[in-house]
Amino acid sequence: MSQSYNRGLVEDFGRWTEFSAGMWAWIFHKFTGWVLIGYLFTHIAVLSTATVGPETYTATIQGLESLFIVRVLEVGLLAVAVFHILNGTRLLLIDLGVGLDSQDTSFYASLILTGIIAVASVPTFLAGVF
Amino acid sequence: MSEHYSSFDRAGTLWLLQRITAAFLIVVLAFHFFLLHFVSHASEITFAQSQWRMQDLGYYSLMVLFLITATFHGVNGVYNAIVNQGLTGTPLTAIKWLLIAASALLIVQGIRTANAMAGIPLY
Repeated sequence: MSQSYNRGLVEDFGRWTEFSAGMWAWIFHKFTGWVLIGYLFTHIAVLSTATVGPETYTATIQGLESLFIVRVLEVGLLAVAVFHILNGTRLLLIDLGVGLDSQDTSFYASLILTGIIAVASVPTFLAGVF
Repeated sequence: MSEHYSSFDRAGTLWLLQRITAAFLIVVLAFHFFLLHFVSHASEITFAQSQWRMQDLGYYSLMVLFLITATFHGVNGVYNAIVNQGLTGTPLTAIKWLLIAASALLIVQGIRTANAMAGIPLY
């Protein structure tokens, strides 16, 4: 039988020292979600230079990619996307009743795997910027 | 026994759509990142390459569906985050319609961009 849980009206981030793994997973999923939707709007804005003309599009993309800070931000974006994908997969499985007793372990595994993939991607993202 | 709770109304259509789009996006976002950063490199992208990809009907359709599902998933997630913060009544309704308008603009602009890349004269 389903139950409802009263978590109060407002999420209290001031209690962060008391947070469990599940609460951190929830906060990281929310944070990475905000970053991804913000990036989606930015991404479409940049790609929209294609409506101006082929030269403007190519110059804009290659101009941005020549900046070191953009390459660093891309590694950050990959880390954010990978965590959201892995943790999201974890949440979908939990919704299906899979892995209910190993939620903490799967969250830590998502974090570690995200870190490994982000670090491994650094050479690819920084190639040619110097 | 493990407990389960979610911020979403589990009986609602939006709850289901959030999960269906999630399952789709897991695959397509990973594909998109892999294709444009590891197979091709973003720094080498030119209009001609984007045009070549977007002129394939399958790729164009996938990207438009990607845009629509990502917009829905992201904006619905933002709406739920705002509900979690305790916003109710008229301010919540105002934000809901603002998010719907922003989503519509993003989808229209994204399709215009895809059309420009594909050479479809509707942009």
